[in-house]
Amino acid sequence: MSQKLGEQVGPYFGQYGGRFVPEPLIAALDQLSQVYEEARKDPKFQEELAELHRTYTGRPSIITEAQRFAAVTGGLRVFLKREDLNHTGSHKINNVMGQALLAKRMGKKRIIAETGAGQHGVASATAAAYFGLDCVVYMGEVDTERQALNVARMKLLGAEVVAVKTGSRTLKDAINEALRDWVANVETTHYLLGTVAGPHPFPTMVRDFHSIIGKESKVQMLELTGELPAAVAACVGGGSNAIGIFHAFLDDPDVQLWGFEAAGDGIDTPMHAATLSRGAPGVLHGAMSYMLQDEDGQTSESHSISAGLDYPGVGPEHSWLKDLGRAQYHGVTDSEAMEAMKLLSQTEGIIPAIETAHALAGIPHLAKILPAGASVLVNLSGRGDKDMETAGRYFGLLGA
Amino acid sequence: MSVQSVLETNKQSGRGTLVGYFPAGYPTVEDSIAAFVALAQNGCDILEVGVPYSDPVMDGLVIQKATEKALENGFKLNQLFEVIRGVREQVDKPMLVMSYYNPVLRYGVERFADELKQAGAQGMITPDLIPDEASKWLESADKHDLDRVFLVAPSSSDERVSANTKASRGFVYSVSTMGITGERAEVDKLAREVAGRVSSIGSAPTCVGVGVSTGAQVRDVNTYADGAIVGTALIAAYESNGLDGLIEKTRELASGLG
Repeated sequence: MSQKLGEQVGPYFGQYGGRFVPEPLIAALDQLSQVYEEARKDPKFQEELAELHRTYTGRPSIITEAQRFAAVTGGLRVFLKREDLNHTGSHKINNVMGQALLAKRMGKKRIIAETGAGQHGVASATAAAYFGLDCVVYMGEVDTERQALNVARMKLLGAEVVAVKTGSRTLKDAINEALRDWVANVETTHYLLGTVAGPHPFPTMVRDFHSIIGKESKVQMLELTGELPAAVAACVGGGSNAIGIFHAFLDDPDVQLWGFEAAGDGIDTPMHAATLSRGAPGVLHGAMSYMLQDEDGQTSESHSISAGLDYPGVGPEHSWLKDLGRAQYHGVTDSEAMEAMKLLSQTEGIIPAIETAHALAGIPHLAKILPAGASVLVNLSGRGDKDMETAGRYFGLLGA
Repeated sequence: MSVQSVLETNKQSGRGTLVGYFPAGYPTVEDSIAAFVALAQNGCDILEVGVPYSDPVMDGLVIQKATEKALENGFKLNQLFEVIRGVREQVDKPMLVMSYYNPVLRYGVERFADELKQAGAQGMITPDLIPDEASKWLESADKHDLDRVFLVAPSSSDERVSANTKASRGFVYSVSTMGITGERAEVDKLAREVAGRVSSIGSAPTCVGVGVSTGAQVRDVNTYADGAIVGTALIAAYESNGLDGLIEKTRELASGLG
């Protein structure tokens, strides 16, 4: 392939991607593709976004070396890219500010979003408040229960939260409902999709908005260590934080790329969300990609203690990177993730989101593969405040 | 008789055409066969056999719940062909399967087309597969001489109306409004415009669907299009009064035909 891995712009990544959506949405996708393409090349747009990131998001995010955590997880050097310190507490804001600017550019006054853990919903509600847009967030009923605090945050920010009661009542069904809303309201509404899945141009556009994570990290790692890291690690649900930190390193073949998926009760049980490890190619939510499905092509229900990783699909670029062997994907169970959450909290004073804890749980695994003292860059994609109820129950910490 | 010849014959005679949707396997395989036969015997000219799917993004709550029920009751994709054969043994109306793409893809597009043909169906409507992404299906549909019905929407550009119409065989599915399936008090003025844009291409007939739920709307749609498609209203009638309800509603809808 003459084209570099990092130069793919869709709609296809190898055999993956595309636009498998009802015809009524095609005009909106065409418009979005065109407006995004113009904006991408427009220095004014890029400057406006950069300014927002400096003065509102809080970029660049810092890197923290986790020495005490590293000492008890196999002796690598572990560097945390602190996306948890962004405004709203996760990487999700990077994409949201970009798409909200695009919505403004398209003259659309209403945004809709799906959310699993609530992080993307909170980020979308935040951007809507900042830009003065109407905002409706679709959230599976199951998730509204396990992420009740984030529901309250979204409402406080002025968004309407709609509990989705059909299907498995989780993230996948929230996306279905958002797509249905979009079909009916496409003239006035931008669908602010929160991950690198969905029909083109979303996988490319959302990746581009998050690629700032990897770009900043690359410079920071060179400053800190004088070389590129031996490996870059991130958790993978839909795959936005992972592609965001991977992308700048795609054409650095000496840098291993590791995605850690939610293995739930274990990838050999039916209770997991390890789409790339255990799924098969298919079409879900508008794109061809790996997905969890049964022999009839019905989407299987996923399971993870982490609402943000509890998704039976994954972005098409990850499917492509997996098939190419450029990135490797590995399952981490609920209990491994929870232990890693506790470990980082107690060795570094940083409480990570349960999603993020999956990437941290991968460190001992990498320590077996990489030479002692090798540097690993981990995307610390979100903070764990939203997960305190789950963690409190899991570890028996509630009550005096 | 082929889908297109039914539409043409009914147009010439001034009758108009009624296309009736029902989900295969709802509430059970046997019940759905009986439902299709009832549709055919009480005024539907073309049967649209829905494939229950876990993520039906084009469908409103009534169809979502019905297809969810079929899946809960254990519907498997190979039973689709059982339903088609069961109906074909009793009635000779054309049958089009309506399926989201992933079940077809997983089954194997070519294998699916082959079995569809052998079971006695005439083709397939693909709500989430646009011609741009459909090369496998276009090829298999040609090989097995199956109709392929693509959607055209009020938002479709002139280029897309033309391309989707030319890629279609049997008819073009004109989406009446910007929205998902379900009953609406008024079938949008947009429907007339969309159907007109398809007709002006001149390569395939067009039927209007989404929101059509009464005999009066069936009549109205048939004044400017080649047929009217009804789904949600039939399922709602079945839910409230079983097969009798379905028969009554089908007759009411067919009363809108000439």
